[in-house]
Amino acid sequence: MTAAELIAFAAFEGGVYAQAFPAFGVERRGAPVQAFVRFSDEKIRLRSQIYEPDYIIVQDPTLIGDVDVFMGMKEGGIAIVNTEKPDFDPRVPEGVKVYTIDATTIALEELGVPITNTTLMGAFAAATGEIKLEPLEHALRSRFSGSMADRNVKAAERAYHQIGGAV
Amino acid sequence: MLEFMEGSHAVAEIVKRCRPQVIAAYPITPQTHIVEDLAQMVANCEIDAEYITVESEFSALSACLGASAAGSRVYSATTSQGLALMFEVCFNATGMRQPIVMTIANRSLGAPLSIWNDQQDSISLRDSGWLQFYAEDNQEAADLHVIAYRVCEDHDILLPAFVCFDGFILTHTFEPVTLLTQEEVDAYLPAFTPYQRLDAANPLSMGMYATPEYYTEFRYEVDRAMQRAKQAFIKAGREFGELFGRDYSALVEGYRLDDADTALVAMGSICGTAKDAIDEMREHGRKVGLLKIRTYRPFPAQEIADALKGVSTVAVLDKNISLGNGGAVGTEVKSALYGSGAAVYDYIIALGGRDVRKRDIAAVVDLAEKGKGDLFYGLRTEVL
Repeated sequence: MTAAELIAFAAFEGGVYAQAFPAFGVERRGAPVQAFVRFSDEKIRLRSQIYEPDYIIVQDPTLIGDVDVFMGMKEGGIAIVNTEKPDFDPRVPEGVKVYTIDATTIALEELGVPITNTTLMGAFAAATGEIKLEPLEHALRSRFSGSMADRNVKAAERAYHQIGGAV
Repeated sequence: MLEFMEGSHAVAEIVKRCRPQVIAAYPITPQTHIVEDLAQMVANCEIDAEYITVESEFSALSACLGASAAGSRVYSATTSQGLALMFEVCFNATGMRQPIVMTIANRSLGAPLSIWNDQQDSISLRDSGWLQFYAEDNQEAADLHVIAYRVCEDHDILLPAFVCFDGFILTHTFEPVTLLTQEEVDAYLPAFTPYQRLDAANPLSMGMYATPEYYTEFRYEVDRAMQRAKQAFIKAGREFGELFGRDYSALVEGYRLDDADTALVAMGSICGTAKDAIDEMREHGRKVGLLKIRTYRPFPAQEIADALKGVSTVAVLDKNISLGNGGAVGTEVKSALYGSGAAVYDYIIALGGRDVRKRDIAAVVDLAEKGKGDLFYGLRTEVL
């Protein structure tokens, strides 16, 4: 949920309407959870969960296989998968582009904990182009303070550059 | 200024700016974030209020009732089983004419246990004499709290109010909200002036017993105050609009109703999804609109009849069930439209957090236009 909230906040900072919400009632750290984000140039009124995502982020690759994480994705969709094995077989739908990143290692090196929200946020920004670096950094500095902010920004930027986002 | 925040936080922030003097609440999902935020604000001295920690919802509302009777502006928040536990105190608050404002983070009632959203909790208190306002989004949820204090504390009204917003669907959603500043709230909402209050120097009793010679008249007075609350809400909503640009003077609000053959009627966050579904149906030439009920109590029967003049089919979306008699809102809309000639159908939908998509709204419209209604929508017959 934190990743969804931060991505939506960064998108909002970038000048669009945004909405973020969890798959309600199961938000415990470590449990398999889903969270959803919408962006729009217009005010967002729709409240249903998202069944046909343009983008997905898979924070924990061990879910792949147990859960059809790519369900509902269409041609042109983009998936960002946190994994240390970039050659895994994700069985993605036709036309969906998959970016892999070892966000856990980046998070461990930059933050000292395997919490990948901010790292994957950087990867998402680079892969999709939906969020620019500046609002992303602003969102992180609003959420975190002091050295935690610096470290999270660094983690996000490392992922951003690794994926090859525009500078 | 639009800010990006969680619905619960938006409500806690605006409640803070309403300057309650006493807050008493018992945490319960999905209301928890609101009262956690407020407890923190009190602990941080951001708000000059007494936060009374209690051992149950019964005590929470009892503490609020006592504090209100002593002349304080008070606040509480609850949901579901918590509200059920407050049942007795709810009626006492009304009879004692205490203008308590309480947020309801709408949630279903057990058994079976469900922490997810429907509107069974507040609707089950429909006869308690609390005003009931329903928010479509977090902007409306925040704004309605300020309006609620204005209306409740009006000496012509002096009734308590629920400000209802859907649990999780709104409470846990982050979205842009423009909160009134402290100065704006202060300009709109004067300090609470109690009509009368407990005072050792000038003793009086509240909530005493009434013999059969008097009880009916007490109830009549409450009902009259409830009726007057319509005009008070309209006035307060209009003034809010004049000052801040968001007009809440409508007890019911139409969406693309002008030339509609079929109208949906709904309350709360489902209205947003319905509006998107209506836009899509309109693109396919379907003449569909929505009537959103903002004030469920007092019930705007005349306003509903006026708004739906000329509509041939009405589909009411009920996130509750009055077991044995269909949805509560549907029953009352049918009564409001009695003699209008419109076919009115009721759909029990989205109970216990079941997700509602645009296609579900379209399916309800299809059913209504085929004359199929007064049913549970989307029933999974395979598990019956």
